[in-house]
Amino acid sequence: MTALGYRRASSLEEAGGLISAAGHEVIAGGTDLLQRLEEGVQPPDALVDIARVDGLDGMVVDEEQATLGAMATLEDAIRHPVLRAAFPAVVEALEVTASPQVRNLATLGGNPLQKTRCPYFRDRTVPCNKRAPGSGCGALEGRNRETAILGTSEHCIATHASDFAVAMTALDAEVETVGPAGGRRFPFGELLRAPGTAPERDHNLAPGELIKGYRLRRGPLAARSHYLKVRDRAEFAWALCSAAVALKIDRAGVIAEARVAVGGVATKPWRLPRVEAELVDREPSPGLFREAAARSVEGAVPRGDNGFKTTLLPRTVARALAELARRPA
Amino acid sequence: MAQKDDTAVRDELQAVRLRVNGDEHALTVTPRTTLLDALRDGLRLTGTKKGCALGQCGACTVLLDDRRVNACLVLALRAEGRRITTVEGLGDGKGGLHPLQRAFVDHDALQCGYCTPGQIISGVACIAEGRAGSDADVRRYMSGNLCRCGAYANIVRAVRAVAEVGE
Repeated sequence: MTALGYRRASSLEEAGGLISAAGHEVIAGGTDLLQRLEEGVQPPDALVDIARVDGLDGMVVDEEQATLGAMATLEDAIRHPVLRAAFPAVVEALEVTASPQVRNLATLGGNPLQKTRCPYFRDRTVPCNKRAPGSGCGALEGRNRETAILGTSEHCIATHASDFAVAMTALDAEVETVGPAGGRRFPFGELLRAPGTAPERDHNLAPGELIKGYRLRRGPLAARSHYLKVRDRAEFAWALCSAAVALKIDRAGVIAEARVAVGGVATKPWRLPRVEAELVDREPSPGLFREAAARSVEGAVPRGDNGFKTTLLPRTVARALAELARRPA
Repeated sequence: MAQKDDTAVRDELQAVRLRVNGDEHALTVTPRTTLLDALRDGLRLTGTKKGCALGQCGACTVLLDDRRVNACLVLALRAEGRRITTVEGLGDGKGGLHPLQRAFVDHDALQCGYCTPGQIISGVACIAEGRAGSDADVRRYMSGNLCRCGAYANIVRAVRAVAEVGE
């Protein structure tokens, strides 16, 4: 192992230039990075610290939209006076993430870029195509109760761990980045990657490209949204299954628009357009929610001990929708 | 551990100033040194405990600018210029206990005691955040602190007792 380098960047452009070098990694909140350093799991050779870059931790919510800075902490967002009313699914997802101590450190920019919690990735002594490409996937035939049933490939079945990313995917957030080619904005749904034949690539950011922040459009759909997380214990646990849902119900009591994304069951935050389509132009009812949610497992591939998720997923989606529909508009 | 020690020798040493419990300290760390190790090994403030070193147990909870964090998940270099409070800084400075320390004694909120400094720092923050208004809230918002002896019932009572005095 080589010595660990440490550099402070004064701008995202400077940080982007520094991480273009092999083995250099940005440290934001550090909550995942320090675990990987401690356990020797993909440890970087050098850290590029962006904590002193000005203007990255702001959060502004106006009539039209919210802009969220990459270095705002999860707790900053939870405490924001307006964010909860405008985007309940986002704040609810943050509130059930990790522990209060971790939420005070972890950032909105870093959270979607955390590495998978698959035990084969986190143990450097066992095969994992994501950590050591070509070494094989230990989870396929191994301990796989927590693994994904959607978006998997024969090379990787690891879930993506973020709750926040599921809510952002459901609400059609945008990502703003700074990179060697300048700034760009793109749909949150394009940030993360399913494993396919290249499970070592978690995201679609270019080398040297960094998340500056996010944008969320305000409106009745986002304001009527909800996040439900199902896990083995009541707090401080990864999702076995989760659902971010949003419904726009018109004056006649008919669903005009629906958004459904799920976590804990997929290799990246997973939108369910066929469930959404099933809901539109119908009147909300527990029966409709069960019927639509049944489509959430279309194309699912259960493996070994994760088969229970094919039952848990539609129930989680239906319950999230039912809880949301009961809320006053 | 041997592997970590080897690299620690080769990592570049850097000077850092840490403000802990109101006092400025100058010490030498590496980029890899956590705030937890700097407190315990560098400053001999061993009240903050090292449990998992992975942010999972909460034994190393300290306040960073009045917010509770896992000291094992903070690099010492990044804590420069921040206000750090450890369990040693909670009392009145004359040997008197903080009300929550007193409550832990009164409610028998510990058995082996290893998690206790982290529980108390976390509890102080939980009360200050206004998230100790019910037993359910305390259980929820103290979930970042594990107690392997299972003293949870009395920990909840101790935190609630101090929160109620403040209400």
